[in-house]
Amino acid sequence: MRISSILYSIRQGVKNIKRNLLFSLASVGTIISCLFLFGVFYCVVMNFKSSMDELENSVVISVFFDEGITDENRSLIGEQIRLREEVNTMYYISPEEAWENYAKETYKDNYELAMESFAGDNPLQNSDSYEITLKNLENHAEFVQYLRELHGVRKVVSSEQTADGVSALSSIVTYASIAIIAILLMVSVFLISNTITIGITVRKEEIQIMKLIGATNFFVRAPFIVEGIVIGLVGSMVPVGLVYLMYDKVVDYLVSKQSIVQNLFAFVPAGEIFSVLIPVSIIIGIGLGLIGSLVTTRKHLKV
Amino acid sequence: MIVLDHVKMKYPASKTYALNDINIKIEDGEFVFIVGSSGSGKTTLIKLLLKELEPTSGKITVADTDYAKLKRRNIPKLRRKIGTVFQNFRLLKDRTVYENVAFAQRVIETPTRYIRRQVPAMLTLVGLADKYKAYPKQLSGGEQQRVALARALVNKPEILLADEPTGNLDPKNSWEIMRLLEDVNKKGTTVVVVTHNKEIVNMMKKRVITLKKGELISDEQKGGYIDED
Repeated sequence: MRISSILYSIRQGVKNIKRNLLFSLASVGTIISCLFLFGVFYCVVMNFKSSMDELENSVVISVFFDEGITDENRSLIGEQIRLREEVNTMYYISPEEAWENYAKETYKDNYELAMESFAGDNPLQNSDSYEITLKNLENHAEFVQYLRELHGVRKVVSSEQTADGVSALSSIVTYASIAIIAILLMVSVFLISNTITIGITVRKEEIQIMKLIGATNFFVRAPFIVEGIVIGLVGSMVPVGLVYLMYDKVVDYLVSKQSIVQNLFAFVPAGEIFSVLIPVSIIIGIGLGLIGSLVTTRKHLKV
Repeated sequence: MIVLDHVKMKYPASKTYALNDINIKIEDGEFVFIVGSSGSGKTTLIKLLLKELEPTSGKITVADTDYAKLKRRNIPKLRRKIGTVFQNFRLLKDRTVYENVAFAQRVIETPTRYIRRQVPAMLTLVGLADKYKAYPKQLSGGEQQRVALARALVNKPEILLADEPTGNLDPKNSWEIMRLLEDVNKKGTTVVVVTHNKEIVNMMKKRVITLKKGELISDEQKGGYIDED
């Protein structure tokens, strides 16, 4: 296609929007509301996910060893575990650390006294362990089973109920968000398609003349595709801007007014969220416009 | 050249043939009238030539293109070889005279510098150079048809199809349009005029093909209008 033809198609596309201003605005409005909700959902899901990650990291699996295990065998077990893909972090807790942690937790203010009275005689001599966190809690049960079957492992302690709960909640939130966003996007495509159909109906005579004169299919369709893309682009930029302006304010408000929220949630910084949300929204907006116009012109403009 | 070889056309909902076993051969550079009353099959013939319809049977060849072998994506290329003028002009009402003619060139992606040269030349040819800024509703019927003619000719088609070009015009304007068509024909374009304007057909002494109820009933060089009654 020539540059002059591309410019002509762009001009015609913009003219179409002006001619069907009311319907174009309705389409833009729908995309704005869909992508605004998409943006809000995305922010909520990302923050929820980040909190889930924190929670997942707090689910620790402790691996204790057979009594009298050699340092070498213990290291070997460590190497084996570390090679597993599921492992996120793994620390070795020596008997001394284990006793100190226990004393701190149990005796609190009197813990130094307890340490002194047991000096040189560690009650948790055989309680050194590996503390492991997983990348994903879905495989938690299988992984614990694997650890239990390792030679030289005496006991594996883990909070299975928490792990299962977090994992299930995380899945529900993810699937529900995907479903809602998918429905919103389908509604947008339908509305863009409707706007383009009206544009085609209004310009029926012009399209017929174009076809009889010898315009290619692409040339006939190009202005409508431009129309769809412009509607999608405008419809995507407005809500992203709105969500961007609101995000920090809402987070600040929640943190300052609702301290319980601060404890529950690990808020993701705006930069991190919008470095993904801005391009994704624009791509979705343009994509919606493109799909809506392509589907409609294919249906109505059989030459 | 236009060749229709045993062409039959029946619409799906109809019991009778709109065109029945039509054989026509029009050489390059000819001027031909196709006449007949309504229901004779004239419009169907035009639609077949523009490949808006597919014949039920038979073979159509226009400008060395066998329609049966023509792929869908190549239809635009074929139509660029055929200029078309309609009874109701079919101009774009929201565009000026200049834009209406330029539109024909834009859709075939002619570079703008050529459009700027060719459109004024074409408007001069049809006598509307001074009205290039006017909108169709500001023009008389005859002037609108001249704009339509300029639009059909601006891409220098091999064939000009005119479907009732004088149907909405008074005698004076009708003759002006016919004179323009004759000029175009003298410059080498094949001109096919579908009409039921008896006076013009009889006066111009061109080849006349007469259709009646889908049948070709007469094909005469320097012929006249045959009254069906």
